[in-house]
Amino acid sequence: MEKKLYTITVFSENTVGLLNQVTIIFTRRAINIETLSVSPSALKGIHKFTITVFATQSVVEKVVKQIDKRVDILKAYYNTDEDLIHQEIALYKIATEQLMAKGSIESLIRQYNIKILDMNETFVVFLKSGHYAETQQLFDELSTTTGVLQFIRSGRIAITKSKVERLTDMLEAIQKIEQEQQA
Amino acid sequence: MTGSQILIESMLREGVDTIFGYPGGAIMPAFDALFDYRDKINHVLTRHEQGATHAAEGYALVSGKTGVCLVTSGPAATNAVTGISNAMLDSTPLVVVTGQVGATLLGTDAFQEIDVVGIMQPVTKWAYQIRRAEDVAWAVARAFYIAKNGRPGPVVLDFAKNAQIEEAVFDYKPCTFIRSYIPEPPIKKDSIEAAAALINSAKKPYALVGQGVILANAEAELKEFLEKADIPAAWTLLGASAMPSDFRLNKGFLGMHGNMSPNIKTNECDVLIAIGMRFDDRVTGNLNSYAKQAKIIHLDIDRAEISKNVAVEVPVLGNAKYSLPMITQLLDKANHQEWIDSFQAYDDREYKSVIQKEIFPESGEMTMGEVINKVSEAAGNKAVVVTDVGQNQMMAARYSKYTQSRSLVTSGGLGTMGFGIPAALGAKVGAPERTVCLFSGDGGFQMTIQELGTIMQEKLGVKMILLNNDFLGMVRQWQEMFFDERYSFTAIENPDFVAIAKAYHIAGTLVTKREDLDAAIADMLKDDKPYLLVVNVQKKGMVYPMIPAGASVTDVLLGDESSNNQ
Repeated sequence: MEKKLYTITVFSENTVGLLNQVTIIFTRRAINIETLSVSPSALKGIHKFTITVFATQSVVEKVVKQIDKRVDILKAYYNTDEDLIHQEIALYKIATEQLMAKGSIESLIRQYNIKILDMNETFVVFLKSGHYAETQQLFDELSTTTGVLQFIRSGRIAITKSKVERLTDMLEAIQKIEQEQQA
Repeated sequence: MTGSQILIESMLREGVDTIFGYPGGAIMPAFDALFDYRDKINHVLTRHEQGATHAAEGYALVSGKTGVCLVTSGPAATNAVTGISNAMLDSTPLVVVTGQVGATLLGTDAFQEIDVVGIMQPVTKWAYQIRRAEDVAWAVARAFYIAKNGRPGPVVLDFAKNAQIEEAVFDYKPCTFIRSYIPEPPIKKDSIEAAAALINSAKKPYALVGQGVILANAEAELKEFLEKADIPAAWTLLGASAMPSDFRLNKGFLGMHGNMSPNIKTNECDVLIAIGMRFDDRVTGNLNSYAKQAKIIHLDIDRAEISKNVAVEVPVLGNAKYSLPMITQLLDKANHQEWIDSFQAYDDREYKSVIQKEIFPESGEMTMGEVINKVSEAAGNKAVVVTDVGQNQMMAARYSKYTQSRSLVTSGGLGTMGFGIPAALGAKVGAPERTVCLFSGDGGFQMTIQELGTIMQEKLGVKMILLNNDFLGMVRQWQEMFFDERYSFTAIENPDFVAIAKAYHIAGTLVTKREDLDAAIADMLKDDKPYLLVVNVQKKGMVYPMIPAGASVTDVLLGDESSNNQ
């Protein structure tokens, strides 16, 4: 089976040691995590992980089931890029002198839709958001022209193209089970 | 109340009456509290924390209750890892409470401090650190709920010393619900219907019975299911005793050292019904040639097991106690006599070339199989059979007869040598009214031999049968078969085991001649006291049949079919 990039979304309780519980599932199967982003979700007390991995579908399916099985995990699922709107963010620090030596930077800024976050005599900080290929392309160009003093890229964040968050369905189902149990 | 008292009071409300433990620095406040509950809780002091965990497993496996351990921090916790891992792979409900340094010392490399939650997360269903006394009751209730519900497993509570000492209001509420954990997936009607339709259409249906049936207490439901549609069934190692040995549709033991017909028929059936088993590699052999002709129905409580190793046609998620009768109701009464009879030729061949020679050898040295067969019969086929790991284990599983459920206590998934003695003593605590027979080898026996001390102190009537061949027998067998008979470090020089038992005030005898065996077994079983029976068996015995690792289930080796394999 062909390996491709999958985005795994995990909703979890916000407890100590959760990240380790998730990552050991990848470690055990020798799967490299490409990107990882964790933050509070829209639902209070629930955290959302966005993880990308290169793997075959059958491996991703099994990994997601193993994550989903953990007691503190509410829901885990996976998507391919076609199902998602996704974004990464990157910061570039460039020496002011090198940048100025280039002459006008207007075209660069327009071409890449760059935001300037800070600027002083020593350095300029660019912000660019986009897909991996886009932030990488800017990095490659700056590397060959002005040089890059520092570079950092975030993990992927993504939302599905479907109308509702799958977690909402699940929480409803859980509520139903809880009510049935209490009845 | 102190956190320590809350721990014990909460455990009492969870129905705990037995704790296997070992005190030490960071758990002393909890042990101090336990001292006041001696009339309510039986604490069994093992000789090593690994022993405590295996004893708790033995206890849990025979009683159906959750096994409980109480040990200290650091080395005690790391010693417990083996038993906890064993429980994880074999789905045994355990709650293990480990002491931990006070919360202010966490992360400082304090004396006997180790990252217990970090170590335990990969080998537990849930691992939680209690840092405040007010969290104790909640954590205990949750621990027992998680350990026992759904697919059972071990839970670790890492109990910081300050939380043991500090006071809180005792406010215990049983846990009945965790929003992030649905232990039993609701049974889907369409999956029941699909399964029943597939079975009704089958000409050669075949069921594989795993421990899930025992864990669900679904033995009766299984019998009705099999009988209604006349389905032959075989069992995995941990599924042993879910069906009585003499049940008409019980066709035997699956896997690497299982019976011949159950393995071969896996590749002849048209519908394969897996019930509470997980298609372990020791059962399936090479997956590329496993049951390719069959449509597979898989009943399991754990969604992650569906299509993990084998692609499944009809998954039936849920508790087998309820899903099995729902399917049974939709089944047509059927008769598959011809199909069932087709197992016989293989059974006859296995009997003639392996079993007969193993359990009724006419001459030569004694064999493991004959000892096990005699002990099983002498105990009326009613004993709880406990095994260590290796040849003794496979022979015990093969040649014991089972008349009631929860009668085989063995380390399946992890294959933990040293499991035997502590698991047997735990089993005796969990089922004091039953005869408990341990079959061990000379290797595994010495891995946890110190637990003889626990048997002595608790006066536990465990019947220990040591099948001594002065070899690490299973490894030696592989060396003979696959490593050109290069016996690399498998010969083992042994002590006088009977003398060791005697030092622990445990009666015992050594049998070296066949004519003495019956009398020694009778002597062992005459009362309810601990006993060590050492039997010197053939040094180079082999466990057959064997499906070599990675071979197909139809590639069953029977050893030398023409001659006696002694």
